[in-house]
Amino acid sequence: MLANQIGYYSLILGLLLSVLLCGVSIKDLTRSSKQINKNVLSLSFLQLVFVILSFLSLIFSFINSDFSNETVFNNSHTTKPLFYKISGTWGNHEGSLLLWLLVLTLFIFLFLIKSREQPKKYRILTLLFQQVVIIGFFLFVLMTSNPFNYLFPIPSEGLGLNPILQDPALAIHPPILYLGYVGTSIIFSSSLAAVTQNYVSKQWAQHIKKWVLVSWIFLTIGIMLGSIWAYYELGWGGFWFWDPVENVSLMPWLTLTALLHCIIVLERRAALTSWVVILSITTFTLSMCGTFLVRSGILNSVHTFANDPARGIFILIFLFVLIILSLGIFFVFHKENNKSQNNFFWLSKEVSILINNWFMMYFLSVVLIGTVYPIFLDVISSEKISVGPPFYQKLIAPFLIPFLLFMSLGPRLKWIRSKIEDKNSLIVTFIISVMLTFFIIKNLTTELLFYTVLFSAAFFLFFITLKELFIKKFNNVSQTVAHFGFSLLVLSILFNGILSSEIITNIKIGEKYSYNKSEIFFKKIEEKKESNFNSIIAYFEIKDEKGKIIELKPEIRIYNQPVIITSEADIKTTLLEDKFLVMNLVKGNEFYNIRYQVKPLMVWIWISVLLLSLGGLMSLFKKRYEK
Amino acid sequence: MKILKIFIILFLVTNFSELKSDETNDVLKNKILKNIRCLICQGQSVYDSESDFASSIKLIVDRKINKGLKEDQIYAFLRKKYGDWIIFDPPLNKNTYILWLLPLLFFLVGGAIIQKKILKKNEK
Amino acid sequence: MKNKFCLFIVIIFLSFCFIIFYKGLNTPNTYTPQINEKKKIPTFGAKDFDSNNYLNSDKIFEEKIFYIVNIWASWCVPCRTEHPLLMQLSKNQSIKLIGLNYRDNYNNAKKFISDFGNPYSRILIDKDGTLAIEFGAYGVPETFLIDKNKDIIKKFVGPINQEIVKEIKLIIK
Repeated sequence: MLANQIGYYSLILGLLLSVLLCGVSIKDLTRSSKQINKNVLSLSFLQLVFVILSFLSLIFSFINSDFSNETVFNNSHTTKPLFYKISGTWGNHEGSLLLWLLVLTLFIFLFLIKSREQPKKYRILTLLFQQVVIIGFFLFVLMTSNPFNYLFPIPSEGLGLNPILQDPALAIHPPILYLGYVGTSIIFSSSLAAVTQNYVSKQWAQHIKKWVLVSWIFLTIGIMLGSIWAYYELGWGGFWFWDPVENVSLMPWLTLTALLHCIIVLERRAALTSWVVILSITTFTLSMCGTFLVRSGILNSVHTFANDPARGIFILIFLFVLIILSLGIFFVFHKENNKSQNNFFWLSKEVSILINNWFMMYFLSVVLIGTVYPIFLDVISSEKISVGPPFYQKLIAPFLIPFLLFMSLGPRLKWIRSKIEDKNSLIVTFIISVMLTFFIIKNLTTELLFYTVLFSAAFFLFFITLKELFIKKFNNVSQTVAHFGFSLLVLSILFNGILSSEIITNIKIGEKYSYNKSEIFFKKIEEKKESNFNSIIAYFEIKDEKGKIIELKPEIRIYNQPVIITSEADIKTTLLEDKFLVMNLVKGNEFYNIRYQVKPLMVWIWISVLLLSLGGLMSLFKKRYEK
Repeated sequence: MKILKIFIILFLVTNFSELKSDETNDVLKNKILKNIRCLICQGQSVYDSESDFASSIKLIVDRKINKGLKEDQIYAFLRKKYGDWIIFDPPLNKNTYILWLLPLLFFLVGGAIIQKKILKKNEK
Repeated sequence: MKNKFCLFIVIIFLSFCFIIFYKGLNTPNTYTPQINEKKKIPTFGAKDFDSNNYLNSDKIFEEKIFYIVNIWASWCVPCRTEHPLLMQLSKNQSIKLIGLNYRDNYNNAKKFISDFGNPYSRILIDKDGTLAIEFGAYGVPETFLIDKNKDIIKKFVGPINQEIVKEIKLIIK
């Protein structure tokens, strides 16, 4: 009860603080001192404290199963384990918005602390632009999505959380994802501030690069966590479905990666100023757009939050206000950088980064158009079409080939003007890649030409970056690690796709199913009772061609609130392959339907994403003097 | 060097002309099922779903394959019953030209912009 | 000048997007397909519920009157709410009702009919649900209105209600 009050009034106070902050900082703009008024810092901290307080009150209500709170009632249940009661706080629309506010206020406070050497007006303007976003979200929460609504009479039990959301990976996926996703707000605000101050320069690039890296790292890991969850919880061993919600997290990642590369150019050569600003605006816009698409009910997906068009209208208007504001500022304040030293020769690092951006924007357009086109078509002509994985694969895969090749050659080029050194060793590496590929995959696929070229390009990048890691000639380890990670990602996805095998069959207890010198034996079932579900655990023994036996225990769970039946796969993971077994009840029979998959190199997909993030992390911490 | 390159190209080309054996019925069936949307689920494919609708579709696809229908014909059959919505791979017709061509257009425009920018910078 | 032109294009584009998204919010998300072009009933063969004989669709729809094809099952709860309305419609002379028993147990279905009445001039068995798919149905209950030319002119997803009954009665006059 009290928690409800505290939570609600903290939000109100936070909103009032926003307004106060805007007033105080605008006044500070006109003062002549070099440093920001200490009050501004304190107020920003106070705002963060209130948001934290509000967030903690909601967590508290969840832990205590306080069903006088409508959000808790809708999303929790007394029998839920404590860990999921806590994570249930942000597993719903209202709670996740508190998470938005938390990251927004946290990041602006950290920004203020960590930017003391930056020009004062720039810092204040960043604060102001961020407050515009913060005020918008406070209003959104208080007007349409209040997490602290009262229910009376107080229900004795809640409606429970969807059991597929009760999972450790999914519990930490939102906070980490939001640190990346919402963290792009700082890049947005600071770019706008920099534009008004004509401060889009080398110095600014050096300073903002850390923020871009931090957002990027969290966003990368956040997306990976979502995929890992999808892999063992949803579907049958897939990890990416080109589902609208997945696409919506991928789009800011694409622009953020492009931005990361452009910031490097800006830092070195003071070029591409307008493009950097546009990318910064676009990244956060895509985050907001994504929020709109998944919370408004306009899209149909496995993961959408509860549909509510009224909320949709609010976000839509908010989103467009931000777009118009940022574009307006850009057009009014931006001055072309007319330094005469900006020659771009064709063979140079700058151009290779431009090419990277070119491809990234293409990939972005594929994902964006694929996701929103059905909406446009439906409104304009009332026709409904589906845009699924085949579309994305057909448009993206062919372009990966030149992309990988450019990725291999680009980093070797020097700034301004360069030539390709070591032509012979490059060619030899390329030939090795092609031959290796050909011999590996020649019996595995019917589309030999296409896959050979794609695999070869990936192997080429793989060998080039591997060599660089060991020879250390180019002295940019973080970049090499990240690019190596990317090549490993493409290779593992390709190998996994081509080499995976699957058996689907119906089987009875005690029965054996043989195929290809291997055998699946359905030993027995056991029944178990947990706090909020009953489960049927099936014991299977799988014997492979070499005679080795492993045991897999898939489960069928019957949750009590809400009553949902789920299948839990059992996965045995090794570095070499994953063995994946999931089962389903066949209606009205004593048969069980099982799907057994062998998925080679599955864990390398996650390892390579971690390598990718590691590269980013290394870049964050490297010393100034390293090239 | 050049001879080596030619040799490799010839080697590869001659090997590519080996047509691989046709996909087995099961592989084809799974490929098709993954491309059909389960209309009563939220975004899942028929392959991924265990719903009544999905089970019935699986049976129908099975029958059609055994009758000898090709992949495209099965899709056409389902499209006639339920509309383009049921197939995940969007068709290429007057409704979807923009869908398929717009990204490619962006690619070309992007390339043109970059080219222009570099040439302009080099004039200075 | 070029900048102003760019700005203009961008504003037009953004307004367009805004309008589309705004409208998109108001269109319903679940696909209730409109039948824009008249579709003929599919040709099929099915087992008759009472006689267990295999019947051809030509035979089932042999008369030149209106037909209703209603997909139902004993385990389907909304089917019970629409059942009295189906009984009402069956009394009409210009229409015949064909029932499609969807994924059901024979004895349960028989009990359903004996408990609640039989509005159908004929019931067909659709044990695996594939017949419903021939009609383009998603599930149960679903009702199709077929005219004298064997065209499907109306499709109702979900249980029928009084309004739909009125609509049907108007059409078959």
